[in-house]
Amino acid sequence: MDEKNSLPEPSIFERMRNRLTPEGIPSDDRGRMRMVMDSLILHIHPAKVEVSSMKWTYTWGLGGLAALLMIILGLTGIVLLNNYTPAVPQAYLDILEINSNVWFGELIRNLHHWSANLLIVVSVLHLIRVFVTGAYRPPRELNWLIGVAMLLLVLGANFTGYLLPWDQLAYWAITVGTSILSYVPLIGQWLTRLVLGGPEVGANTLLNFYSMHISFIPLIIFGLMSYHFWRVRKDGGLTVPKSSKQTEDPKPERVTTIPHLVHREFIFALAWTAALLTFAMLVPAPLEGIANPAMSPNPAKAPWYFMGLQELLLHFHPLVGAIVIPSLVIIGIFTLPFFDLNPKSVGVYFRSRRGRSLTLLAVGIALIATPSWVLLDEYVLNWTLWLPTWNTLFSNGLIPLAVILLPLLLLDSWIQNSFKADTEERVLFIASFLFTAFIILTVIGIFFRGPGMSLYFPWNMPIVTH
Amino acid sequence: MTDTPASTPLSRRDFLKAAWMFLGGIAALETAGIFIAYLQPRLAEGEFGSVIVPGKVDDFPPNSVTHIPNGRFYIVRTGDGGFLAVYHRCTHLGCTVPWDQTAQKFICPCHNSQFDRQGVVENSPAPRPLDLFALTIEDGELKVDTGTIIQRQTFETAQVVYP
Ligand code: HEM
Ligand code: HEM
Ligand code: FES
Repeated sequence: MDEKNSLPEPSIFERMRNRLTPEGIPSDDRGRMRMVMDSLILHIHPAKVEVSSMKWTYTWGLGGLAALLMIILGLTGIVLLNNYTPAVPQAYLDILEINSNVWFGELIRNLHHWSANLLIVVSVLHLIRVFVTGAYRPPRELNWLIGVAMLLLVLGANFTGYLLPWDQLAYWAITVGTSILSYVPLIGQWLTRLVLGGPEVGANTLLNFYSMHISFIPLIIFGLMSYHFWRVRKDGGLTVPKSSKQTEDPKPERVTTIPHLVHREFIFALAWTAALLTFAMLVPAPLEGIANPAMSPNPAKAPWYFMGLQELLLHFHPLVGAIVIPSLVIIGIFTLPFFDLNPKSVGVYFRSRRGRSLTLLAVGIALIATPSWVLLDEYVLNWTLWLPTWNTLFSNGLIPLAVILLPLLLLDSWIQNSFKADTEERVLFIASFLFTAFIILTVIGIFFRGPGMSLYFPWNMPIVTH
Repeated sequence: MTDTPASTPLSRRDFLKAAWMFLGGIAALETAGIFIAYLQPRLAEGEFGSVIVPGKVDDFPPNSVTHIPNGRFYIVRTGDGGFLAVYHRCTHLGCTVPWDQTAQKFICPCHNSQFDRQGVVENSPAPRPLDLFALTIEDGELKVDTGTIIQRQTFETAQVVYP
């Protein structure tokens, strides 16, 4: 390689290689760094990174893992296209075929399925990491907004993908999920018909979802993802981790991206790919019988990531449970960076020592309060019975909502008075409380709801046979 | 559009700019309209959505509930001989509601909404009674128009059709 000039006639491969790296690979750090200035890696990363930002326990590699999953989803998705027809009943037959008659078909499908589900978990954990380290404050608020948009699109991709196998699971989860739309005031019915392409989930729905799943949604996600990466650079790299005792920003100490960061990323991606492959080999993606519009299974559950929402629906009038509360939550998440501004605690996990205690407190209270409220509402409270002449929107919606919000306001003023919590700690407290409550609702929905949506212990769950 | 160049403060340049913006706005609206119209549901002929004949009056004894799967509805015959065509889709979140013969009510498997034989909510979370389809009786034959879904807030005797 070093004597490339002494060769009179370089082969075509050598010439190609020389075009790509005319100088060969230099042996010193500096030379390496210069060489890759215009390479692909440095389109994504800066040439140098902060040592402390690379600390494994700061980001947990979550953003990188999300990116890896996106790539796996893109690749497996594209090859699945070769064996899949979005028609009724061919879609279901194709999945059976993929599972039994296509080389590595089941592996590819499992990989797509599990990566998609893991992506939701990872995106949410990444969001939490960014939130608890205050990494969304100016100048990074735009990247937070893009992140939230990507999270919503990831949910959209999962939801549209869910219908594609056209089994009972898919059919009823999508029926229940899309019916939520019909509660949007004024345009709800029209909107649902538009999305479904008819009065109920059918062949047109499958085609609509398929086209969204393989074109619009991935295109927009991949576009936003590129922008997300570019913004990380543009905003001066990652936030720098600090401990709560540090008042000054730590002294910058930087190393070259290549090899220090890239090596780690490579090993990380390799290990996760191996883990995913193993998992996909061992655990098959669920598939039930072919969709049967005349028979709803008991219980009919939404996809697991919407079980928290479905649990809310059991307790509130749908307009409140499916539209009002989720809209408030999404607006709240979008606007977080605009009222939590203190730049001092950026990079400190949980803001401060007091912040850490308050978070623990919030999680603890939510752990007790949420199941209690679910049990109470299930067995004791009966708003529609107590207020029989009221419109159910009030009796079963706005009034219970107010009854729940009141203690939250009291808690907030309590931590302000007794703990002297400032704005950033209050935001942390309330967000931790609500988030924990939502996780618990999701867990209850997934594991504790049985036939007729009654509460059971998971180890006592009756099995319904039809 | 009267031509009054002296009194208008609008220069020729500004006018053209505004005109272009206006045209651009119209074009954008038209495009959006085309897309929305294009995406409107394509109605399937026959089957669900058209007029369905579930049978003759005498096929349904008084006090009976009969499922007509391809029409997505139940024919409910009341004690005094009247008819209702009740859409089998739960008004909560769209599950198909089976008729429970022993309990004598509609019980939704999804979130346990319950409806009496007229389709009126006995147990939430369903927010309103089961929807109806328009039902007519011609020459002793029932005809149900599944193209129009009738939403209602309560049960009224006017909803019942008598032969
Ligand atoms: C769904 C796909 C996503 C991908 C592929 C992705 C990727 C990344 C990557 C690779 C980083 C670099 C540092 C790290 O790993 O933490 C990062 C940082 C960041 N992400 Fe994401 N992200 C995604 C979703 C989100 C979401 C849902 C949010 C928040 C709502 C978000 C907000 C941010 C912010 C604010 C930073 C800068 C953090 C800092 O400077 O410390 N991202 N993202
Ligand atoms: C963020 C990205 C994506 C997510 C979260 C996602 C999610 C999903 C999910 C949950 C399923 C159902 C899998 C099952 O249970 O069988 C699915 C199926 C499918 N996806 Fe994706 N997907 C993504 C990207 C893509 C892309 C880019 C393509 C192709 C261009 C694609 C093509 C397909 C096909 C053909 C199926 C049907 C085959 C099957 O169900 O296994 N997906 N997707
Ligand atoms: S869909 Fe019937 S109770 Fe929810």
